[in-house]
Amino acid sequence: MPNIRNFSIIAHINHGKSTLADRLIQMSGLVDEREFRDQILDDMDIERERGITIKSRSITLAYKNSKGEDFELNLIDTPGHVDFSYEVSRALASCEGVLLVIDASQGVEAQTVANLYAAMEYDLEIIPVINKIDLPSADIEMVKEQIEVDLGLDSDQTILCSAKEGRGIEDVMEAIVEKIPPPAGRIEDPLKALVFDAHYDSFRGTIVSCRLFSGTLRQGDMIRFMSNKSGYKVEETGIFHLKRVPTKGIVAGQVGYIIAGIKAVSDVRIGDTVTLDNSPAPEPLSGFREAKPVVFSSIYPISSEDYSTLADSLEKYKLNDAALVYQKDSSAALGLGFRCGFLGLLHLEIVQARLEREFGQSIIMTVPSVEYHFRLNSGEEIKVDNPLYYPDPAAIEKSLEPYIRTSILIPEKYMGAVMELCLERRGENTRFSYPTPGRVEARFDLPLAEVLYDFYDRLKTVTQGYGSFDYDMLDYRETDLVKVDIFVNGERVDSLSQIVCRDRARARALHICERLKEEIPRHMFKIAIQGAIGGNIIARTTISPFRKDVTAKCYGGDITRKRKLLEKQKRGKKRMKMVGSVAIPQSAFVAVFKSEDK
Amino acid sequence: MSNPGLYIHIPFCRSKCPYCGFYSIASSSHVSRYLAALKKEIAFYKGRFGPFDSLYLGGGTPTLLEVKDLEGTLNCLYENFDFSVDMERTIEANPCDMTHEKISGLRLLGFNRINLGVQSFNDEELAFLGRRHNGREAEDALEGLRLAGFDNMGMDLIYGLYGQTIKGWMETLKKAVSFAPEHLSCYQLTIEGGTVFWRMKEKGILEPLTEEEERSFFVATSGFLEDKGYIHYEISNFARKSSRFSRHNCKYWRRVPYLGLGPSAHSFNGDKRWWNYRSIRRYCEALEQGNMPVEGDEELSDEQKRMEIISLGLRTRRGVDMRELGHDPGLSGKIKVLIESGHVKIFNDRVIPTREGYVVADRLPLYFFM
Repeated sequence: MPNIRNFSIIAHINHGKSTLADRLIQMSGLVDEREFRDQILDDMDIERERGITIKSRSITLAYKNSKGEDFELNLIDTPGHVDFSYEVSRALASCEGVLLVIDASQGVEAQTVANLYAAMEYDLEIIPVINKIDLPSADIEMVKEQIEVDLGLDSDQTILCSAKEGRGIEDVMEAIVEKIPPPAGRIEDPLKALVFDAHYDSFRGTIVSCRLFSGTLRQGDMIRFMSNKSGYKVEETGIFHLKRVPTKGIVAGQVGYIIAGIKAVSDVRIGDTVTLDNSPAPEPLSGFREAKPVVFSSIYPISSEDYSTLADSLEKYKLNDAALVYQKDSSAALGLGFRCGFLGLLHLEIVQARLEREFGQSIIMTVPSVEYHFRLNSGEEIKVDNPLYYPDPAAIEKSLEPYIRTSILIPEKYMGAVMELCLERRGENTRFSYPTPGRVEARFDLPLAEVLYDFYDRLKTVTQGYGSFDYDMLDYRETDLVKVDIFVNGERVDSLSQIVCRDRARARALHICERLKEEIPRHMFKIAIQGAIGGNIIARTTISPFRKDVTAKCYGGDITRKRKLLEKQKRGKKRMKMVGSVAIPQSAFVAVFKSEDK
Repeated sequence: MSNPGLYIHIPFCRSKCPYCGFYSIASSSHVSRYLAALKKEIAFYKGRFGPFDSLYLGGGTPTLLEVKDLEGTLNCLYENFDFSVDMERTIEANPCDMTHEKISGLRLLGFNRINLGVQSFNDEELAFLGRRHNGREAEDALEGLRLAGFDNMGMDLIYGLYGQTIKGWMETLKKAVSFAPEHLSCYQLTIEGGTVFWRMKEKGILEPLTEEEERSFFVATSGFLEDKGYIHYEISNFARKSSRFSRHNCKYWRRVPYLGLGPSAHSFNGDKRWWNYRSIRRYCEALEQGNMPVEGDEELSDEQKRMEIISLGLRTRRGVDMRELGHDPGLSGKIKVLIESGHVKIFNDRVIPTREGYVVADRLPLYFFM
């Protein structure tokens, strides 16, 4: 396969990955000026709104090099946010090389380093690209030095470009062709195709995105998924331009898709290997590292009748986001739902938004939690990611919570602010290093629970956007935990319970009470909102009742008008959850885990 | 009280009041065309509705019509419909129109209940409300009507005006009570869409009362009139005794059928509601071409009927029969909460709103719809 190159672009968030991808696509002539829009690969609304990439996507570009040879370049775009490093690893497994994009004014950031290590793990060819050289604050020499010192790469091999202005794009294309090796697999060998993505189409069934490592796949072939032995007949194969383009077949080295009338969503697992039924490969590809959820929250339908459609939506959703894990759950206040595990808080928000937009689900999510470990007096050890299952406090011998090791890269002048933030969040074991003059790498051990809420936002604020952040799971450490319960007019709202560090309990409880006070509309009676540990009230707020709510007239015989108003109010009320006699709107359940700062 | 009621809308006024949202035009040039169209509408319903035991002429300003026009309309009604002997015959009257001749004319026409649009006895307030009469004229009209022998008198008053104090309002109420009216309607000023006051409020010229102030006015009104022996039998209505309740208006609240004639009038037959064009021109054109002037209708579902029973019932002292509230297993718990919070009481298996319940009567029904 000498004329195929499979590559990915990796970068710290906002270093210009999507813009560079846009230029490469434009240069290959795949879209004309009229069709083109920025961030062209990010076709989800939510990606465009937030200016981030969530999903990996692949696209095949045609390129004629300076010697006049034709190449097929498969670009696999990847997300930049720390929550989605799992998506990155999936993309990398399908590539032979990467473009490591670095912002000319920001230099090497925490995720640049993390992504580089990930690429090295897969033994990929790495091409450093310094982007945004048009910026007045660009400091190419400094960045080159960081590439040598921080990353240990040869800075002479660096390509300079400005994706925004379209400068240096030709050089990038040439480097892809010259430096990245062609895929190694042999067409003659048994088929091995790595499933790296899938999504559900209501007309065609599940559409599988895959990278062929060896063999050939054609329409009419009988395929088999190696993990569960399920078999299908291939209806269509093809490659991705901006849309799917059917081809006669796909061969080793290529990246493409398979449509095979797969209705059973659960048959397709990301990371699985597809082979041919009549000449199967002896063993599957090694697949991916399993995504390990670190944040847990429950999803409930607003109306309990929608439980089964929510179940169906989650199943289809998971196809496209293998990192989401879930199982059945139930709550006294909210009924039947699902306990879900997420890669991080951004991932959680994205799942919520996509379920609502793409699947039309109206859902309530409970307060996110990490997984706590408890050793009981009986000697038994239990793991709890749902406050509902918090053990009897009297039976707990010792509580443990997960810690992460964070790496924060900042310009020197923000050191004080970041130190303060970390201490406030119970950071320990602080170490500093100075990779290059003027820059500091701060490492802390932090309880994961402390970064759940708004750590990333706060870091951006205190460093005026210059701080970058990455983390790894570290270990479990002993801690003093309590469960905070929330009562609305004396009724416990179990879905608002949280496990928190004792020192933070009062502040958390008060925060929740205040948020609920803002979100729950007034009723005819006074509503008391209380936060408690066991039987001990530690925080409270009250919502005063309606003092007057009556219209003077019934408009003569026009009862219709009055009733319609009532019907509208009634519909509004249907979207609320009743807890005792108090109607709590969906927004209240969301607001309680938003940032503590106004 | 299961006989239907008959309402006739007289959509003419000398001038438009800035707070009023009912349909009328400030011109009398279409009166004869309108009365002719009205007769066609009456004829259409002949034999389809009745016998009626209440007749209500509202508006607009019915007393703007000359006695002979009123007589012509009434005669047409008598020719086409059946009426019970003891029928309540109400006409809404404007103090300005209460000349000696008009009063005796109304008496001769057989009206046995007058509802006088007094609104206030304070001249400044009357000017603010865009009324043509002053306090003195209102008093004269009341005395004149009494002298003519009307023994079932109702009075409309508006309170909660911009700049009004509770003390000032109490002065008006005291003056009203000094005439010993059988019936009092005290409406809290409501800013209706499409009125002059609405536009003033939008522009920020008219600052509405706070919720707490509105509450104080409502509670003070109810307290004062109950002390004076009036029954607070509906949110805005008071009567000396139950026989003096507005029989016609009670039909709206108890969902007894009624026929409404004239532009913008609403009708109800127990299952269906329909309403006429809110335009004299379209109303007349339809009838002149032999069509019904009905703009829209709706067939009520059982759930909608239930909503009406509850929401209307909880606006009156009659309340709602417990059985009408549904079979929700949580019902008795809900009622218990409302009794404890002082919003309702139970009497003869009916849920009756208290004064505290009246104050939040728009909220109360929602409580039973979950």
